[in-house]
Amino acid sequence: MRKILSVLLAGVLLFPLCLAGADALLVNGAGATFPYPIYSKWFDEYHKKFPDIQINYQSIGSGGGIRQVLAGTVDFGATDGPMTDEQLSQAKTKILHFPTVLGAAVPTYNIPGVTGELNFTPEALAGIFLGKITKWSDPAIAGANRGVNLPAADIVVIHRSDGSGTTYIWTDYLCKVSEEWKTRVGKGASPNWPVGLGGKGNEGVTGLVKQTPNSIGYVELIYAVQNNLPYGRVRNSSGTFVKADLASVTAAAAGAAKTMPDDFRVSITDPPGKSAYPIASFTWLLIPSEFQDAKKREVLVGFLRWMLTEGQKHAAPLAYAPLPKEVVDKEMKALAQIR
Amino acid sequence: MAMARAGSGWGPRARALVRRLRSGDEIAHLVTFLFAGSILLIVGLLLNELWVNSALARHKFGWSFFFTRVWDPVFEQFGALPFIFGTLVTSALALLIAVPVGLGAAIFLAELAPPRISDTLAFLLDLLAAVPSVIYGLIGIFTVVPLLREYVEPFLKATLGFLPLFQGPAYGVGFLAAGVLLAVMIVPFIISVSREVLLAVPREQREAALALGATRWEATWKVVVPFARAGIFGSIFLALARALGETMAVTMVIGNAPQIAASLFAPGYSIAAVIANEFTEATGDLYLHALVELGLVLFLLTFVLNGLARLLILLTARRGGAHA
Repeated sequence: MRKILSVLLAGVLLFPLCLAGADALLVNGAGATFPYPIYSKWFDEYHKKFPDIQINYQSIGSGGGIRQVLAGTVDFGATDGPMTDEQLSQAKTKILHFPTVLGAAVPTYNIPGVTGELNFTPEALAGIFLGKITKWSDPAIAGANRGVNLPAADIVVIHRSDGSGTTYIWTDYLCKVSEEWKTRVGKGASPNWPVGLGGKGNEGVTGLVKQTPNSIGYVELIYAVQNNLPYGRVRNSSGTFVKADLASVTAAAAGAAKTMPDDFRVSITDPPGKSAYPIASFTWLLIPSEFQDAKKREVLVGFLRWMLTEGQKHAAPLAYAPLPKEVVDKEMKALAQIR
Repeated sequence: MAMARAGSGWGPRARALVRRLRSGDEIAHLVTFLFAGSILLIVGLLLNELWVNSALARHKFGWSFFFTRVWDPVFEQFGALPFIFGTLVTSALALLIAVPVGLGAAIFLAELAPPRISDTLAFLLDLLAAVPSVIYGLIGIFTVVPLLREYVEPFLKATLGFLPLFQGPAYGVGFLAAGVLLAVMIVPFIISVSREVLLAVPREQREAALALGATRWEATWKVVVPFARAGIFGSIFLALARALGETMAVTMVIGNAPQIAASLFAPGYSIAAVIANEFTEATGDLYLHALVELGLVLFLLTFVLNGLARLLILLTARRGGAHA
């Protein structure tokens, strides 16, 4: 009996060693949760292609990704909101941003008796989330939705309670379209909301919206598509009401590509372009510009090159908008900065 | 400890020590002492971590952290008051509901119910206590919250609406939902532990009371329950500790709005919930330190409440006198 036990114990203790014993080159990353499905797909595909390379990714959140890459405990990080100048100045080696795919946030709502897609002007969205527009029948909403019978009921605002990249995109957009939002609330992963209830995660927001009559919330485009949630169109900077989908989100990135700064830290909310959806954003990988370990550098550069070309094909089936060509070209050139 | 005692004069003392070591007593003493000491060590390490990693927030806000009502990560203004308020209100509400129910059920199971029913129910209770809190949270979202919004809150508003406690729009989510859900979660702890304690009261106590002409209920309420008081209080503290620290279920139904409101229908926020919600995406150092300081506040809150509770036991035990 004792012998069996000790053999079992030894087996349990040695098991992880067997797994690591395949001599794979291990690269570790951590960060944003929003792109996790596509990242894990990419790292998996890349591992199939190069069995001796294994890239581990932990979706611990953008904040954690930034902290860990600054501390050097991971080889690369990932974030939904670009790092601030202050954060970049704390880095021992310069940290580079590489956009990978695009995400968007969409307004979803539950108004008894209203089944069609609603149109939202930027003023209406800012007013609702500031708590200034309190009734669905308010002219700011009704004016853009002629023919829809909007009730004179109180609007219940639902937002994310957990810090999230979706909230970052949403508030970044509201900052650009509303001066009052910019000075009173600002942009961030979890701002001080003027009104509303908080739901945890996309599922929490969706649950509250579905249950609460006359409510409005916002969720990730991917989540809305996969769960067949109704969501509204938003008026973009050229005055067109655009529904979010992969094409309109990529169009938003293309519109911003011309003014893309060299470090890729750019917000593409409220971009120019007739067909562009205005509440969209890149998500970024954070790569240190210098590597002690030449092998790891090669792996990451190789992966980035693959991700920017072949890897982009995996984005659309998972409902992520792929990068526009201009951005891919620019990133390809930026790969030379990794030493 | 053994070493210290053996310190003066070797020879016979050392031999005695070896003998005692051989018999196992000293080893058992040392090992159990180390295990017990690890509790102190863990608490010490925890406090140290919380203290060190909240330094920025402590220096910037000082005592005002406890009294500030604003929590604004964007403009880096942090105050714990709405979260302390939410934690205390939901826990108090939970105890208010759970203590009478739990104590009543425990008395029935221990004193009145046939043993077979009592044992079966006790088994089911242990099952309930083991349900993960996220399950309770989901039940909260899909069952408790709609019930509250559609029936309970309109009813309370219609009957007790003159009290500020029951005013304002009925969202369903809010302090009331969190309190009710927490009550459901902690009742099993109160029943389970209280039942065991009541069962452990010596037979003689009951027999003596009955012999003096007490009815069965009088014997239970005036003799058995006071005798078991310390243990019953213990079960309530255990429940309170769980309510204070409960995270997942609370965040799913409390509405997550850091505000202080008189109405139980209003959405609120608790300390544990905000830490769980915001920690992963907290990018700034000050923000992170403020969240850790919230952890410190929760630690202190639990500490103080437990201390008060122990004081309460001491006082009632002295006055009661029946306590063993």
